[in-house]
Amino acid sequence: MDSQNRVALCVTCLVDQILPEVGLATVKVLRRAGCQVDFPAEQTCCGQPFYNSGFRQQATRLAKRTIEIFEPYETVVLPSGSCTSMIRLEYPHLLEASPEWRERARGLAAKTFELSELLVHQIGWDPAIKASTAGGESLPKPAAAPPKTITYHDSCHMKRLLGLGAEPRQLLERSGCSLCEMDEPARCCGFGGVFSLRLPEVSTAMTAEKVRQASETGATTLVTADPGCLMQMRQLAADGRVSIQHLATILEEMTR
Amino acid sequence: MSANVEPGTTLPQFRSRALIAIENVRLQGALEGATGRFREGHDRALAELPGSDELSAYFKAVRSATLARLADHLETFESKAQEVGAQVYWARNGQEASQIVVGIAQRHGITLATKTKSMATEEIHLNQALQAAGVQPVETDLGEWIIQLAGEAPYHIIAPAIHKTRGQVAELFSVESGREQSADDIPRLTAEARRMLRKKFLASGLGITGANIGVAETGTIVLVTNEGNAEMVTSLPAVHVVVMGIEKIAPTWDDAAAWLALLARSATGQPLSIYTTAITGPARPEDGDGPKEVHIVLVDNQRSALVGTAYEEALQCIRCGSCLNICPVYREAGGHAYGSPYSGPIGAVISPLLFGLAAYEALPQASSLCGACLEVCPVQIDLPRMLLELRADEVKEKIGPRSLSLAEGAAASVLSHERLMRWSTAALRLLQRPFARQGQLNLPGRLNPLGQRRPPALAQKSFRDMWKDGEVED
Repeated sequence: MDSQNRVALCVTCLVDQILPEVGLATVKVLRRAGCQVDFPAEQTCCGQPFYNSGFRQQATRLAKRTIEIFEPYETVVLPSGSCTSMIRLEYPHLLEASPEWRERARGLAAKTFELSELLVHQIGWDPAIKASTAGGESLPKPAAAPPKTITYHDSCHMKRLLGLGAEPRQLLERSGCSLCEMDEPARCCGFGGVFSLRLPEVSTAMTAEKVRQASETGATTLVTADPGCLMQMRQLAADGRVSIQHLATILEEMTR
Repeated sequence: MSANVEPGTTLPQFRSRALIAIENVRLQGALEGATGRFREGHDRALAELPGSDELSAYFKAVRSATLARLADHLETFESKAQEVGAQVYWARNGQEASQIVVGIAQRHGITLATKTKSMATEEIHLNQALQAAGVQPVETDLGEWIIQLAGEAPYHIIAPAIHKTRGQVAELFSVESGREQSADDIPRLTAEARRMLRKKFLASGLGITGANIGVAETGTIVLVTNEGNAEMVTSLPAVHVVVMGIEKIAPTWDDAAAWLALLARSATGQPLSIYTTAITGPARPEDGDGPKEVHIVLVDNQRSALVGTAYEEALQCIRCGSCLNICPVYREAGGHAYGSPYSGPIGAVISPLLFGLAAYEALPQASSLCGACLEVCPVQIDLPRMLLELRADEVKEKIGPRSLSLAEGAAASVLSHERLMRWSTAALRLLQRPFARQGQLNLPGRLNPLGQRRPPALAQKSFRDMWKDGEVED
């Protein structure tokens, strides 16, 4: 990729409507990493909630719509592992009955990336180096600032379907965070989309266990790269012992 | 299996049973303890086996190839088993299978039968059928015996009584033995169980087992146990009956070897279980003991209907229980929430397939699709994919609440038109104002579909509106 990388932001329906600050942080981080960010205004939802609850017709409709909106762009980035896996892994299967749509789905899949994946592998961004400085000097660390202790939650699709776990950790550590792992960083947070609505008590119990494990690390912040997980865990961690933030939010904060 | 468990599980039933487990602190501790030990053993034992990942991939290919020619292998098994003097029966469904076993028992005038742990016999409700015919079945696997005494269904595929406390077990043994048993003396309790079961072993006229593997090459049944009960059940009585699901076939001993290399390691972390028993036909004249007759009942019960479908992969399961031990849903909700002898991730897939999707409508929903089960499965069975298929089937067959399909249909329509979405969310922002507090909605109880939890509120301004208004600057 050249110095002025152009990326189209697929911000995700959850971020758009419920967690817009994650979208803001994502754009800032991308710009700091040297990207020019486009926001195709027609975007709505990748269709995953419908696919996951068995409404394949509706999911197909939204998949086609998403492909049409994003395929004109060179690179697509999402602040969500689950939405990325929907576009990259599920769209080609969902649309396999039509050779034309299957090809278009594959075309989009080949240029769609989750945020940390893009930053690490496509751009090679190092948060420790201030991009705006010609000399590329490291961020000066105020002597009095304590290291931010964080623990990182591996969201299910991102970890198990996309194989991404080293990337967000690398970015967080390079940005100046001190990482403290939970017992089971990849244990499901309990969101599961529609699952949290169908079996709310089980979902809540799963979230409680995740938040408990996070608290036990002593970290001040629990970081996740998935808006769904973020929303789910925040609902339970109202006591504020552990602050729950999106990867983009922390990276933005640490690289100001 | 308990007579008072209704076949089938609706979503409200799963929710309420799960809640009972979730609120039982002691049970949660027992679940975490047992599944934690199994998980630790699984990981350690497979790490110790050189090339275990390659073995898993190889074994998956074996299972897949077996199912591709299942009928051939079953026929080979039958003729080999018959050659060594076993009798083989083909049961289309659970009822037929039970009738065959009852028939065998009645022909021999059996009144007492001893059993090893067999999920297949739980599946077909064999104990109920035997009891109705005047044959008393006694479970001899300690966990199975405990739940038999309690009149309950198994809680876990390989550890049926993990939900029972020592106090509850002592109570059950006290009633059974007619003597007060102390919960604090585990060796004493175990000795008591051994004493009581020994009487049954010796008095039994019929031994009933399942089969972990049926080796087609030689017509052999392989049993995997830890307690020695399989030996007692298959050697003492004059008649041995085997109930085996047709998917448990291994064409050759090489296949069975790969199977055995993975099974106990995956299940409990043992390189092999304490006893691995291979039975090839009834006792020969030169054998010191053993049954005069071996009857093998092959059970279909919807399995063959899955071959060649999107669900065929579910038949590759070797019943190790690894998926249960890793599943965050199982670990909260427990085994009884599923209302089926097969619980956890594999249960969520095969219970609807074997017993009916409409009846078990809740089970495909009882998953967050986290994928941990696929990750841990020694046969790499893609359970999440099949759960998604089942959910799609539920929508196609209109199973589940109508209100939900209407809501999903409406939501999809709104999301298909950006302007419509903007207007709807603008309207929702107005409607939510009286209830929105710190990012959450305080809805009155009746309106809140989430019970205790508060749903998230829409943000005051959406990202798209911020972008449009030029607010997204560095």
